[in-house]
Parts: sequence; structure tokens; C-alpha cells
Amino acid sequence: MALRQCAIYGKGGIGKSTTTQNLVAALAEAGKKVMIVGCDPKADSTRLILHAKAQQTIMHLAAEAGSVEDLELEDVLKVGFGGVKCVESGGPEPGVGCAGRGVITAINFLEEEGAYDDDLDFVFYDVLGDVVCGGFAMPIRENKAQEIYIVVSGEMMAMYAANNIAKGIVKYANSGGVRLAGLICNSRNVDREAELIEALAERLGTQMIHFVPRDNVVQHAEIRRMTVIEYDPTCKQADEYRALAQKIINNKKLTIPTPLSMDELEELLMEYGVMEKEDESIIGKSAREAIA
Amino acid sequence: MQVADDIKPSYPLFLQEEYQQLFRNKARFENRVPPEKVEEVFQWTTTKEYQELNFQREALTINPAKACQPLGAVLCALGFKNTLPYVHGSQGCVAYFRTYFNRHFKEPIACVSDSMTEDAAVFGGQKNMFEGLQNAKALYKPEMIAISTTCMAEVIGDDLNAFINNAKKEGYIPQEFPTPFAHTPSFVGSHVTGWDNMFEGIIRYFTLNEMEGKSPGKNGKINIVPGFETYLGNFRVIKRMLREMGVDFTFLSDPEEILDTPADGTYRMYAGGTTQEEVRDAPNAITTFLIQPLQLDKTKKFIETTWQHQIPKLNIPMGLDWTDEWLMKVSEVTGKPIPESLIKERGRLVDMMTDSHPWLHGKKFALYGDPDFTLGMTKFLLELGAEPLHVLCHNGGKRWEKAVKKVLAESPYGANAKVWAGYDLWHLRSLCFTEKPDFLIGNSYGKFIQRDTRRKGREYEVPLIRIGFPIFDRHHLHRYATLGYEGAMYLLTTLVNAVLERLDDETREMGRTDFNYDLIR
Repeated sequence: MALRQCAIYGKGGIGKSTTTQNLVAALAEAGKKVMIVGCDPKADSTRLILHAKAQQTIMHLAAEAGSVEDLELEDVLKVGFGGVKCVESGGPEPGVGCAGRGVITAINFLEEEGAYDDDLDFVFYDVLGDVVCGGFAMPIRENKAQEIYIVVSGEMMAMYAANNIAKGIVKYANSGGVRLAGLICNSRNVDREAELIEALAERLGTQMIHFVPRDNVVQHAEIRRMTVIEYDPTCKQADEYRALAQKIINNKKLTIPTPLSMDELEELLMEYGVMEKEDESIIGKSAREAIA
Repeated sequence: MQVADDIKPSYPLFLQEEYQQLFRNKARFENRVPPEKVEEVFQWTTTKEYQELNFQREALTINPAKACQPLGAVLCALGFKNTLPYVHGSQGCVAYFRTYFNRHFKEPIACVSDSMTEDAAVFGGQKNMFEGLQNAKALYKPEMIAISTTCMAEVIGDDLNAFINNAKKEGYIPQEFPTPFAHTPSFVGSHVTGWDNMFEGIIRYFTLNEMEGKSPGKNGKINIVPGFETYLGNFRVIKRMLREMGVDFTFLSDPEEILDTPADGTYRMYAGGTTQEEVRDAPNAITTFLIQPLQLDKTKKFIETTWQHQIPKLNIPMGLDWTDEWLMKVSEVTGKPIPESLIKERGRLVDMMTDSHPWLHGKKFALYGDPDFTLGMTKFLLELGAEPLHVLCHNGGKRWEKAVKKVLAESPYGANAKVWAGYDLWHLRSLCFTEKPDFLIGNSYGKFIQRDTRRKGREYEVPLIRIGFPIFDRHHLHRYATLGYEGAMYLLTTLVNAVLERLDDETREMGRTDFNYDLIR
């Protein structure tokens, strides 16, 4: 089977890293060879697979060694649960340097060092919340991830973010082979959530590939720095991730997204009661003005 | 083949048959287009039709007539005593600044970089700054390090103020060691902006919080701020004129010595330059003269608001009128009369202008270069009765354009001139074909326009007169002056002899044109 490269995007805090690692664990359990590339200076994309607090990152090790050229692949690549290979790009402390450049450097390093070997079935890029600059679009540039999954929930800002990411994908999809492969709904127990995300997916020209219900077992596993698959393979939630994994293995629906305009998105949100209709008469009025 | 006893440079070596044979053989591997096709495309690039396409260019610059900010910052820093220019950013940029000046001045240029590499681009360059400052100070023993930036540091948003303060706090260099700085992103403005930024950084560092007890006029001097100036003669001529007037002055940024060190067996890393004491004392001057006011916006603002100087509204002292105005203003603010020696010098210039007038009258010139230079040169050409045809300034803005147009409107010789702000030398190449000037005035890069126009035919050739920066392919021209009466004499001599040289060239054909190949011109 040819190597499939997938990038996971979504609003910050939506559960990208947790979802990715549980999904990857399920794929590994199904016999797939997988690598995770964390593309976030926080470097928390592999901790559940490695049972580690935070993996030593490529950029951190490069700085220690003096330059990226002085690094070897085995310095940065760790193997965790189910033989999953893990690397973290890493990056600067908040407020200094250039995290985007860190992602570019790290991915170039992995390519040059031959990290993407023929044995791999899947590579997953777990990318920082918003695609704030070109560096964070690195995973979807030519010859890298072809499939993009957006983690989303029924909350308003998560859906805004999903739509924005779809806009970003269009830019690269028109010139290259990158495609939107589906929305993963990571439930926040919002009313009519599945319906809403199905509707959003349809408008974006894609699918809701799976609805992952909310379950406390995820948190129980997480405090032990484990995925659900490893922590409690018999629980119901493990089956949800297995289902997601099977759907991704069999996914054929790769599309160029059709992002919504702001008005269209707000209409959709109002239709599902996530957003109230705007009252034009109160805009720009302070509390005092409202009383008067 | 080279012969050891008779080593030849590429010309004429490559004209020898074995090399010519080599070039012919290469054609097989180069997928070379036939010469007729090359000729056809060349001819097309000389047409009006091509010019129209050329002027529709939006995103692409070809052959820029400007350099980047840190280059200017380095020149500015070189003008201060025992000062090491330090560029925070990538090493290659600094190699470029150094070679650029090496090739122009034929002098070694001391300038360091903190060599940011890939990890510094990701994590920020604070560590480089720490070690860089510590090493630079220990190795090269400067009394001041003037810090500017390359675009790499600017794109990732490195904070010079914070980094330098942290370096001092952590003991890499002493707290009191002078470290003025300026952010000089290469993708904004040009080398003249970088000069302005660095200069403002230096005077800010030494005076902003030390204004107590200082007031304009206290030291009885005047300040001179040159801006991005590469004619060393200009530093000398301004000093000479002021000395002859008996005016006490401070030259703020004066690289005259360091860019012209003697070969006497001693390498000088530092030589001459404005002292820190002079900078501290500068607010006490009667006022400050900005030699190139179009490129000193930030400096002007700081001097007016912090030093409370009323900066005289003058143009660059180039040519007759503007040197007059400049000297009269100096005389007015200092109360010193203009001495007989300068009056005589002025008279000599006027005499020279009259002598050469028949040859320069009506000659059409295209010129390009920095904002104040092109403005001053336009003014002087008009004074000579020459006609500026194209005035091009790649780093000129609206204010420059307005100033040039105003000068052109004041003279009948300016009636046909066109003013090009923000255009490059590939635009100028088109103009030299479609609206041919007699001569081109500018830096060395203009030689390619001369070559291209020559290719079309002798009658199309636009000879280049080298005035400006950089001049890489002629020696020692930077030692002359272009400002003041003395500078005007040099410019005039250069221009008129270029005209005569050209005329000799054209009339040297025996029996055909040599009826005008005259001994006396």
C-alpha cells in the first residue's frame, strides 16, 4: 500500500492531538505502520503514544547540536505504542523567533533523512490551531499531506475555524493534489451537533467522516499519558476510534472544499440555533446607552 | 591555451581560436537558439511596443538602482570614532555590504555579523546577540558597537532593544558600553533609509535622556549631517569651506579617514570619525544642516523635537545656486561673512561654466541615482544650459518627484524632462532606445545600458558618465567632490570632457568625419 499522508487541522483546544493519537493507536492496532509528526511548538502531539511528558523536539536538539545538519534521524525519532513512530518539530518559546520556520526546517530534515520510508502506511501531521503563516501550511505543500481532516465540534468558533481552514486548503488544492478528506466531529454535547456538522460538511463539499462522542474515559487515559486503545481496549470509546480508523482506511471521498461566505455560515448557525439573529439596533451601544 | 610567460585575462584570451572553437562546440549541448533569433528578440526589446509592456511590469524589478537598508546603516556607523558596525542577522548579507564598499572605495571595511542560522531563525537571535556582542567587543576592542538588522531578524520580529539590554544584564558586555541600534528591514525603503535610521539611533542613544542643561547655540558650532554620502571629497570640501569662513562645526558621521587610509604598513581598523563627546554635545549647536534633506526624515524629526533645532530649509548644496544658498544660510545663522576666498572660487566656477557653455548647451542627459543627488544634478544641468531628459530615482517617492518637477519648471531647459520615481534600470534601458538622450549619468550599472544601445548601432549608443554610487569599474572617482563650488567644477569638467571625448570619437574617421576632428575645442 502506498504511503498516505494526512494532516489534522482544527481550532486550538478542540482535541486535535488527543483525537490524532487515539486514531493512530487504532490504526496501529489494525496492523498499520504509522508515523506522527507534531507541528506545534508546544510539542504535545506524541505524549500519549510515548507515555512521555514531552518528546525532545527536532528544533531543540538541532539548537543543542549546533545545526540541523548535525542531527541524525535516530536522535529525533522515537517509537511508542504499537510501533508508532513519533517526531515533534518543536519551536521557540511564545513571543520570540519563528515557529513556522521551525515546522519547515523540521519537515525538510525528515525528508532529507529518509524518515518517510516505504514501510509506512500513514503519516499524520498534527498542526497547531490556525494556519497562521506559510510555515504551518508546510504539511500540505506539494508532495506532502494529500488528505486533510478537520477536527470540529458544534461550537460556533470551532466551525468558523473549520471554514477558514477550508479556505486555506482551496489555495493549495487548486495548484496541487491536496484535498479535504472530511470533518471529524469531536463532540462537545451541543444540541443537534451531529446534524449540524453533517450540514456544514455538506456545504463544504465534504463529509462528516465520524462522530466521536464525548466520554470521560478519554480523560482517564490521558492522565496516564495513554490512548484509550491502550488504556482500556474493551471500552466503547475504543470502538469509536477503531470505527474512525476503518473509515479513514477506506476513505475515497477527497474533495476540493467549497468554503462558505461569512453570511452563509452565520445563516447555517442561526438555522441550528447556535447563533442568535443579529439585532441591528444594539450594535455599538454601551451598557449605559442601552438603559437610556 | 595560457602560456606561463604571457598570462592573458579573459579578454583577449577567449578570442583565440581554440576558445572560439570551444564556444562553437558548446552550442550542441546548450540548445542554443540561432543568432538570427537572438537578433530578432534584441531588436524587439528596443521598440516602443516593448517599452509599453516593460512599463506594465508590476511585481518584478530588473536591475534595481538602489540597495538595502543595512548597507546604509553600516556606512553611517563607519563615520563614528572607534565604532564597529554590527549587523544582527545572516552572515551573507554582511559579506555583501563589505564587498560592496570594498569594490567602490578599494578599502578594507570592518563590519561584523552575528551569523544567525536556521536554529536562530526559529528560536530568535538572542543567543547570537549575546555571544556576538561579547566576542566583537573582546576581539576588535571598539568603543561603540552600532547595531542594525538584516531581513531575517526582521521577519521573525527580533527585538533589538530587549536583546541588547538582556546582554548587558547578563554581563556579556558592560552596562555602560555604548550600543546604539536601529531596525533596518531590507524590504522597506533603501540604503538611504537605513542611513537615516542608524543615524537617528545613534543620536537618540547619546542624547535622548541627556538633554538636561543643553540648549541650541550653547557651543557656538553648527552640525553637519551628510546622509548616505560616498564622495569623500564632499566631506573635505564642506570642512574646507566652513574653515575658510571661520565657522566652528561638528561633522556628524564622518568616514573620510576610515575610507581613505594610507598604505604605510599599518592596518587601521578604526580611523577618524565623530567622537561620542561630539554627539553628546551636538544638541548645543546653533543648528543642524542636513546635506541631503530628502533622505533624512527620521533624523530631522528627532533633531527638531528633541534638540529643538530649527533646521534650515535648504537643498543639497550642488551646483551654483544651491551652494550660494547654503553658504548664505551658514553665514546667516553663524554671523560669519562669506570670505573673499569662496567668492573668488565661485567666480572661477562661473568662468568655467561660461567657457564650457557652448558644448553643454542643449545636450540631453538621462540621469539616475539617489533622491538628493538626482535633484541636485538636475538643478546643476539646468544651470549649465543642458537638458535633463529622463530623471530616474528608484528610491524616490512623491516628495522627490514634486521637488524635481518644481526645479524643472523653473527653467526652459527642463521643459522636455520626464521624471520617473520608483522605476528601475530596465525601464531606463527602454527609454534610452525610444527617447534617446545624448548621455547617461549614473553609477557603474549604467554600462550595460551603454553596451545594449551600442549593440543596436553606433548612432544609438548612449555613453555613460560615471557619477554616483557604486562605481566599481573606475578607480578613485570617490575621492573627488560633487558638492560646493569645487564639486561643481569637478562635475562640469567630467561632463564637458565626456561630450568632447564623444565628439572626438565620432570625428576620428579619416577622410570622412575628421573635418571636425579639431585640435582646439
